[in-house]
Amino acid sequence: MKPKAFDYLKVSSGEEAVAALAQGGEDARIIAGGLSLMPILNFRLAEPSILIDISKADSLKYIREVGKFVEIGAATRQADLMRWDGTESKLPLLAAAFPFIGHYQTRAKGTVCGSLAHADPSSELPLCLAVLGGEVDLQSTGGKRTLSADEFQTGMLSTAKQTGEMVVAARYPTAKAGEGYAFTEMAQRRGDFAIVALAAVANADKIRLGIGGVADCPTVREWDILEGSALDDALNEFAWDLGGYDDIHATARYRRELVRRLGRRVVEEAKSCRN
Amino acid sequence: MPQLNKGAHHPVTLTLNGDEVTGHAEPRMLLSDFLTHEIGITSCHVGCEHGVCGACTVLVDGTVMRACLTLAVQADGTEVETAENLASDDGELSGLQQAFKKHHGLQCGYCTPGILMSLTAYLKENPKPTEEELRDMLSGHLCRCTGYVGMVKAVLDYCENQET
Repeated sequence: MKPKAFDYLKVSSGEEAVAALAQGGEDARIIAGGLSLMPILNFRLAEPSILIDISKADSLKYIREVGKFVEIGAATRQADLMRWDGTESKLPLLAAAFPFIGHYQTRAKGTVCGSLAHADPSSELPLCLAVLGGEVDLQSTGGKRTLSADEFQTGMLSTAKQTGEMVVAARYPTAKAGEGYAFTEMAQRRGDFAIVALAAVANADKIRLGIGGVADCPTVREWDILEGSALDDALNEFAWDLGGYDDIHATARYRRELVRRLGRRVVEEAKSCRN
Repeated sequence: MPQLNKGAHHPVTLTLNGDEVTGHAEPRMLLSDFLTHEIGITSCHVGCEHGVCGACTVLVDGTVMRACLTLAVQADGTEVETAENLASDDGELSGLQQAFKKHHGLQCGYCTPGILMSLTAYLKENPKPTEEELRDMLSGHLCRCTGYVGMVKAVLDYCENQET
């Protein structure tokens, strides 16, 4: 399992990267940590003409607060965000999700924006971006555009990113007063691909629940505060609407059951930790 | 840095376990293959070659990396550390290796170098892990022999007896 031949260019800034992307055409790919891209190359599911390596582009390595968001640069590793001082207080949903994101060994090198650009339907970082209503910045030589999470991820391993564009930053909304956050997932082992991943946000009036691993991209539903059987009914309807499928790890029926049971647990937890 | 063209062999120089080494690699060559076939070390074991099993784990500039998910050309100019670096020059095992031996932390040994390298980085960040933390960290490696029990015992024993 070796990748097909490609050219390689290590760049030192985002500007160099987009210039190389423009020159490289539709088969040019950005590599940062490589945790998502390299397996695909090894399996030859992707055969890029050139890899543009941004892992040493220091200007793309940052975590900063911008208005009501925490902005994360394209070369920032997951472990850097996990260890960042503000994650616990400003990004409590991500703090809860991080232990489920891959392993210690993969977070050390994998990037936040790389996971978003890869757009695996069972990944935690895209799910958190979707349920919080975050944004992604796409840059090309023609300029920058900002997409909301639901505009960005269009399906399984597919995004609205066009030829010549790269993800330069992602913005996760900062925790708001009065909101509670909770995350859980079911996987065969800790850190494996989620069979079902669930992220919930609750405030005094509303519940938002996002589900990953069932439909072909993270799916978010919002309700007025529900209790008891009304919540069970809403979760049951959501589980059926997601249109899960059978695969080697779980049946569609089992996935619906996880949405109902873990959905209830994660919503109650989000409600109970409203501050 | 100039673009490295496919098909051509480019010089890659890195500091391996303290010594500068140079080999040649096409851009598509994986670091695991470079270390094994170009440089000739024997500890970088390839299990799955897609980042799942962890057997090929090495340290690049002190960070744990799957060598099978890293390109050799990406490692140019870095400091790479492999399991060859753990024992002393006269062959005496490191404290962690001795603990693995004492507690049967390995059987066939294929996964062991990767696990030892992960632990080398991890124990610097978290010198006294709980069993739960340790098992969580070990979930990044596949071992089909031991069931991890001896490994967990070995690390906890090693950490217990370390000078703090």
